[in-house]
Amino acid sequence: MDDLYRDYILEHYRRPHNFGVLEAPSASFEGANPLCGDRITMQLTVADGLVSEVGFTGRGCAISQASASLLTDEIKGKPVADVAGFAATDLLDLLGIEISPARLKCAMLSFDSLQHLLDETGIKPLTKESS
Amino acid sequence: MTTETRPARAPLDPAGLRADFPILDQEVFGHPLVYLDSAASSQKPTAVIEAMDAYYRHDNANVHRGIYQLSERATAAYEGARAKVARLIGAPDPRTIIWTRNATEAINLVAYSWGRRIIGRGDVIVLTEMEHHANLVPWQILAQERDADLEFIPITDDGILRQDVFDVLLRLKPKLVAFTHVSNMLGTINPVEEMTRKAHEAGALVLVDGAQAVPHLPVDVEAIGCDFYVFSGHKALGPTGSGVLWGRRELLEAMPPFMGGGDMIREVHLRRSEWNELPWKFEAGTPDISAQIGLGVAADYLVELGMDRLRDHERELVGYALEVLPREVPGIELYGPADPDVRGGVVPFNIPGVHPHDVAQVLDRFGVAIRAGHHCAMPLHERLDLAATARASFQCYTTTDDIDALAAGLREVQRLFGAGA
Repeated sequence: MDDLYRDYILEHYRRPHNFGVLEAPSASFEGANPLCGDRITMQLTVADGLVSEVGFTGRGCAISQASASLLTDEIKGKPVADVAGFAATDLLDLLGIEISPARLKCAMLSFDSLQHLLDETGIKPLTKESS
Repeated sequence: MTTETRPARAPLDPAGLRADFPILDQEVFGHPLVYLDSAASSQKPTAVIEAMDAYYRHDNANVHRGIYQLSERATAAYEGARAKVARLIGAPDPRTIIWTRNATEAINLVAYSWGRRIIGRGDVIVLTEMEHHANLVPWQILAQERDADLEFIPITDDGILRQDVFDVLLRLKPKLVAFTHVSNMLGTINPVEEMTRKAHEAGALVLVDGAQAVPHLPVDVEAIGCDFYVFSGHKALGPTGSGVLWGRRELLEAMPPFMGGGDMIREVHLRRSEWNELPWKFEAGTPDISAQIGLGVAADYLVELGMDRLRDHERELVGYALEVLPREVPGIELYGPADPDVRGGVVPFNIPGVHPHDVAQVLDRFGVAIRAGHHCAMPLHERLDLAATARASFQCYTTTDDIDALAAGLREVQRLFGAGA
């Protein structure tokens, strides 16, 4: 059990960081996994070459919510180039748990939403892999 | 056939029956496997597995073709399985048993073959809010293509079809009413005989989706009086790849073929062909011979078990689950009819504050296998305003110990997530 639902994962699920709506976001994106009912809306604000603010709302499983919490923590305040270079494998490293194939979509919901936001803000175009 | 009076028999002995299902004898993460996902796919008794194995070891050949012993044996087993399935569902004529891959293919067969001939612009097809996607999407495709209208019988909050609304919808003079016998999500057992009678009085034909009924309760298509009845073999102790469309003979005879190819023809010329007779008219190409042979053995197993006894067993399990789960798992939300008499062996639930996927994942670590998600019934989840649910479902081999193991696992879920008492 402890290999998947570690304390910090559950903590991020119960009290997600950056949970909320931004006042004047540069971009918003609603991502969903209709098959499981995970749904998050992610927003970010770009200012002076930085991802100055980031937030998300929504609901879903512990993996999808903890993933969004960890991801938003990681990119907040970072230069856009760093955020553009953030890869899916980096998110899996952040999660630090073994994700089974069946749960990969849960873990990647926040990452996929971020790719749409980067596309919308002109920072990095969507590629097939991140659609 | 299914109405014959049986001598009073002892209740089902699920613990003893487990020996017939070799897969159940294993551990998952160091715990004995507790399989509570039979509504998704049932496990298979040794008799089914051995019959398929024996077919490949001793009788394998194409059917309806070879003038030699193997092919004759293969054909006899393949056709013999029809009679076994006919007996299981009370069909008087094995030639009205059409082999398909599953219930989904059977419904598509009717939608394509019957629907495209009969359904036209403005025609009405009545469905229900509780349909599995298999009994919804084929009709959406047909309705879009033919500019026909779909209407839906709504449900009450505890998952009972609104018969009063059905009566109103019948005034639209639908061409077809298609509904599930037993809801795969809520377990609701629908009054199929009464609904069929009312639909016929309004001039509609009736298709019943029996995927969750044939494996769990006595089914008699003659008594129901419907026009089409479908089910999947793999939910009924049979193999994947086996399925059944039963239809009234005169309807099937009037219908054009579903797919063209070998075996479904009597004569083929370069520019035209004549169709084979029932049931082969609907069975183009080499079929899944071993799967249908396996389904025949599964049908025998169920008949031998006694569908009335199996139904009694599952009614008791549902009653037990509905009593034990709220007591042992404080805060659990249960959905579906509260009365086990109108409820098949399906128990959907949620643990507030915990997503069903997390519930299923934690239970898996305790060897308990359940389903989590929307169970191919997204509109029903929308209707109940649920993103997803967890679901435990039963079969002849399910014991009250399995339900106790589920309750214990759910307490671990609550402990881990800090939910509940």
